[in-house]
Amino acid sequence: MVDAAMTGVISAGMDSAKLKRMRRFRAGDATFRGLTLGAALLVLLLLGGVIISLIHGSIPALSTYGFGFLTTQSWNPVTEKFGAMAPIYGTIVTSFIALLIAVPVGIGIAIFLTELCPPWLKRPIGVAIELLAGIPSIIYGIWGLFVFAPFFQTNIQPYLISFFEPIPILNSFFAGPPYGIGILTAGFILAIMVLPFITSITRDVFDTVPAVLKEATYGLGCTTSEVVTKVVLPYTRVGVIGGVMLGLGRALGETMAVTFVIGNAHKISASIMAPGTTISASIANEFTEAVGDLYTSSLIALGLILFVITFFVLAAARLLLMRMNVKAGN
Amino acid sequence: MASTLGNPTSLGNSAVSSPTAQAIYRRRRRGNTVLLSLSIGATIFGLAWLVLILGALLYQGFSGLSLAVFTEMTPPPGSSGGLLNAIWGSLIMTFGGVIIGTPVGILAGTYLSEYGRGNKLSTVVRFINDILLAAPSIVIGLFVYEVVVVRMGHFSAFAGMAALAILVIPVVVRTTEDMLNLVPNQLREAAAALGLPRSIMIRHVAYKAAMSGIVTGVLLAIARVSGETAPLLFTALNNQFWSADLNAPMSSLPVTIFQFALSPYPDWQKLAWTGALLITFTVLALNIVARAFLSPKAQK
Repeated sequence: MVDAAMTGVISAGMDSAKLKRMRRFRAGDATFRGLTLGAALLVLLLLGGVIISLIHGSIPALSTYGFGFLTTQSWNPVTEKFGAMAPIYGTIVTSFIALLIAVPVGIGIAIFLTELCPPWLKRPIGVAIELLAGIPSIIYGIWGLFVFAPFFQTNIQPYLISFFEPIPILNSFFAGPPYGIGILTAGFILAIMVLPFITSITRDVFDTVPAVLKEATYGLGCTTSEVVTKVVLPYTRVGVIGGVMLGLGRALGETMAVTFVIGNAHKISASIMAPGTTISASIANEFTEAVGDLYTSSLIALGLILFVITFFVLAAARLLLMRMNVKAGN
Repeated sequence: MASTLGNPTSLGNSAVSSPTAQAIYRRRRRGNTVLLSLSIGATIFGLAWLVLILGALLYQGFSGLSLAVFTEMTPPPGSSGGLLNAIWGSLIMTFGGVIIGTPVGILAGTYLSEYGRGNKLSTVVRFINDILLAAPSIVIGLFVYEVVVVRMGHFSAFAGMAALAILVIPVVVRTTEDMLNLVPNQLREAAAALGLPRSIMIRHVAYKAAMSGIVTGVLLAIARVSGETAPLLFTALNNQFWSADLNAPMSSLPVTIFQFALSPYPDWQKLAWTGALLITFTVLALNIVARAFLSPKAQK
């Protein structure tokens, strides 16, 4: 159909105007590609910048105190003697309490959503749990301080103290006057905050279990609980652990909610009812009031420690979830 | 079950009617009921907190809502006032952070999905982005303090915007990439077959197809940063007065709530609750609108 005359016309039209347009296209293409690549590299640069600036900022403190910074409990702005042990302890213990509560509850909700829930109720409950994740952390803080802590102090802590009193080792964990605020309260608030993260990831990995596997197990006459404990959980173990680690990463770095309810005391107490502090709460409370380079630098060093810990926890979580995704075939 | 079936005496009956088998059957039923009730209990436990927190916010904050909240400045202790400068500061800094962070996020997401799909660099960037997504926001505040506040020598709204922008980027990168990945390849191939250069294909075909999802990502990013307190504490600091100067400390709603809630003055605490109510319902509304924007196909 296309004859020689026609091709002649096209190639003749190509020479000047179209070639110019082609060149412009090519230049635009390269520019756009360069822009996207630059933006992607910027993400890497941000992480690098965060690490370098934190290291740079913490050099004065780390060179003064050396390794002892990690193992010293004292935190005294007057004598300029700073150690990170109490905040590190508080961060780890509050996060541990949070996971102790949030993991079973989160898995329970995921079981309800994937195995029990009538289809029409699935979305509303899922959205409600995600809204819990959307509430800003400062709201948990103000609620925790004014509503939860007083309730906890009068209605729960006295019973915990008298309940654990006769039990030898445990009574030291639950000793002391009921302050309302403290490590246990902070852990509890954190549990509510990380619950949505653990729930939504667990639900997503539960959804990746092939229906055939579950149907086959039901076909053998198994109950729902047996399907969950013997098929769903073993199949999704890696993903669930990944979700828990992601929740842990959140709990470790959570700032405002903890700052309100932890009591900000730089000491390690045997009792989890006592006030304490966490890395992020110390920074939030003291950074703007810190006078002297060493004080500021010590707080930045705390930030560096926090960042390194959360980096490894989150990296492990991502690697586990990636393995889960490979298994699910996407 | 296996042992009962293997037992010759029970051969004549059905497995369920033998006493041992019945015991096992009852035990399994009981185990099932226990686990399922626990999971229902967990769901009620989880949802109860949402109701309790929102209820407390409405109860404590609603009575403080008045026109003065939106028209008057934050008061000194002991007198009445509003939250106007804090609301203004929050709007300005959120807007600034989103304006800076969104283009970077969309471009980086475009690279991950369109140019670098499957290559090493994009795997690394995706991994790092996921870590930034969940990294403690107070550390981002420290970073901006080090590189902006220390350099400039003073706290400023610019620094606050920079901190918020860094929080916006990972959210937008993530949703942009996910949404572009959902665009069918046939659309890209059809555009290529028309002779369109790749950049024009991305901007006029892929972006259009993924538009609602990308908007969702931006809305979720706005929702996330508008409640952020920790990164603003030592970047934008706070300001008791009206300020439109981006080069000076600026008040924001979350930081004001932090300051007022921890103060001993009942007036301030009341305003803190009202501010908390405003922020929470703005954030929840943004979350709900963002979800509504998303086409049902893209919803997991």
